[in-house]
Amino acid sequence: MLLALGANPLQGYASMLDGAVGSADNLADTAIKSMPLLLVGVGICIAFRAGVINIGGEGQIIAGAILSTVTSLALPNLPGILLVPLVISAGAIGGGIWGAIPGALKAYASVNEILSTIMMNIVAAQFLSFLLQDLLIEEGAIRIQQTKRLPASSDLPLLPGGTRLHLGVVIAIAVAIAAYFLLFRSSLGMRLRSVGHNPHASRYAGMPVQRSVVQALAFSGACAGVAGAVLVFGSQSHRLIGEGGAAAFTQNAGFNGIVAALFGGLHPLATIPASFLFGGMLTGGLELQRDLQVPAALIVALNGVVVVFVVASLKLRKTLQRWAGEVTA
Amino acid sequence: MSDFFTVSVIVATLASAVRFATPFLLAALGETIGQRAGVLNLGVEGVMLLGAFAAYYTRLRAEDWGLPSGTATAVIAALLVGLLMGAIYSVLTIGFHAEQGISGIGIFLFGLGFTDLLFQKQVGTPLPVPGLSRLPIPGLSDLPWVGDILFNQSVLVYGAFLLVPIVSFMIRKTTFGLNVRAVGETPEAADTLGVSVARTRIIAILMGNALAGLAGAALALNVGVFQQNLTAGQGFIAIALVYFGAWRPLGVMLGALLFGVVSATVLQWGTLGIVSGAASSLTAMAPAILTIVVLVFVSKRVSTPAALTRPFDRSQ
Repeated sequence: MLLALGANPLQGYASMLDGAVGSADNLADTAIKSMPLLLVGVGICIAFRAGVINIGGEGQIIAGAILSTVTSLALPNLPGILLVPLVISAGAIGGGIWGAIPGALKAYASVNEILSTIMMNIVAAQFLSFLLQDLLIEEGAIRIQQTKRLPASSDLPLLPGGTRLHLGVVIAIAVAIAAYFLLFRSSLGMRLRSVGHNPHASRYAGMPVQRSVVQALAFSGACAGVAGAVLVFGSQSHRLIGEGGAAAFTQNAGFNGIVAALFGGLHPLATIPASFLFGGMLTGGLELQRDLQVPAALIVALNGVVVVFVVASLKLRKTLQRWAGEVTA
Repeated sequence: MSDFFTVSVIVATLASAVRFATPFLLAALGETIGQRAGVLNLGVEGVMLLGAFAAYYTRLRAEDWGLPSGTATAVIAALLVGLLMGAIYSVLTIGFHAEQGISGIGIFLFGLGFTDLLFQKQVGTPLPVPGLSRLPIPGLSDLPWVGDILFNQSVLVYGAFLLVPIVSFMIRKTTFGLNVRAVGETPEAADTLGVSVARTRIIAILMGNALAGLAGAALALNVGVFQQNLTAGQGFIAIALVYFGAWRPLGVMLGALLFGVVSATVLQWGTLGIVSGAASSLTAMAPAILTIVVLVFVSKRVSTPAALTRPFDRSQ
């Protein structure tokens, strides 16, 4: 694909690799870029395992970002030790609500969740644009779509080591581990997976299928919402910025997280390295853009191709296994 | 608000509503054919974007390539891109039995990223192209109000609305339509009777994707420009319209017109200054909220084609 764009592919890969892992700073950037992918991806693992397709990561990130921003603006005097957990929880609640709505619509009104989550994305993006032009806009002469600098006590603390790496990375990995325990080591997770595997049998076995669907999307949205909070409070400008459209804020993590999760085989722990890989592609893509003037949109296109290949290969693998089985049998 | 309720403004709004309805209608008709055959194509949005870019770019550059520069070339380019994507989607879903929901999302992401990439690389600044020329129908276009709304439109608009009875006839009265419905309800039975499930579904997918490409062309040539994420969810709304229309072309058309009216009204209010600045973001939510409301009301009442999203495998 690079070749078609008139760039030297080898130079391109070298450039991407350097951008992704070339130095401690680049590595830290990759980790920071991977975080929202991991959080959304973990949410995707929960939803997909429960048989619910959540395409609403974008909207859930935004909902989490808005609620956490409002929380921090409302409580500027709280010390960081209280405010940071509070804004992260607010993010989870915001995203959780934004996920629970399409969940409830699916469970109780049979609304296709793929369509409703996409529509919830549009609503959230427009609402963000409204807030940042009106209620939450920074006072002053320049009318940029952004909030004022948020209270310093709500900043995510930097990790030691002198890079830009902040607490968000730890939070993301902790959420992934928690999701693993939720899905594979708890009765709730057992129920969610069972509903995803066979809703009819689960209903017959007395499981509350409808409630499980709502819970799955709420958990899924909550993970994305935490990503929203981390994107705001871990950002270098410490504001919620809507300039350049909602996708500029979310960095398309709501979609790219799906790719990471699929690549990680819908397992929360395997999603950690998968997200890091795609985070590397994103930072590498930026480097590519600087070095060879190839737009970073290439990465979104590539992600689409990856999704298609992963999905197609799942069936292919099964067929091959069957053939192999027939040969040995 | 009083500016809005004048005859000339309302006529202009309704005329533009018919134009806005056209991409919804084309894409939703295509999706209807596919879904009746049991194939859910969630990649419509991506195919629309690819079709829109193909039409826009061809319109912009056809002369440099020594091709006729009219809209016909642009429309053909969009159709070909649609067919190509249809072929790819056929290989994925019929050949590899890929999960239809997720592979559709893959196609959407590919279309979103790839058109953005091509646009930045090949065009850069949003150069406008001439829009679709109007073709007033002699006699009918002179009718008061109705003439301007319905009979002073472009060929693409007439074509889209003419497709409604054609697709309806095709699904209900032709052998191919019968096959489509059979493989969409009980592919096993259709297979037993000698209908090729794969071939019927592939033709339905190709038709659906060609129409999605055409929908993109209608959109790009109507606004006369391309930009990143030009479709802004219209492809997904088109899928919702299929539910709204209960898999019937006439119902789909009514839904498309409803969304055309909403989109045109939102635009007109912006132009007249009835809503401006931040409030325009709130009115821009209208189509998305309307889609959710519509889905809430129709989803429980309609019955989906029984074999929708279910791959057919003879060996099972």
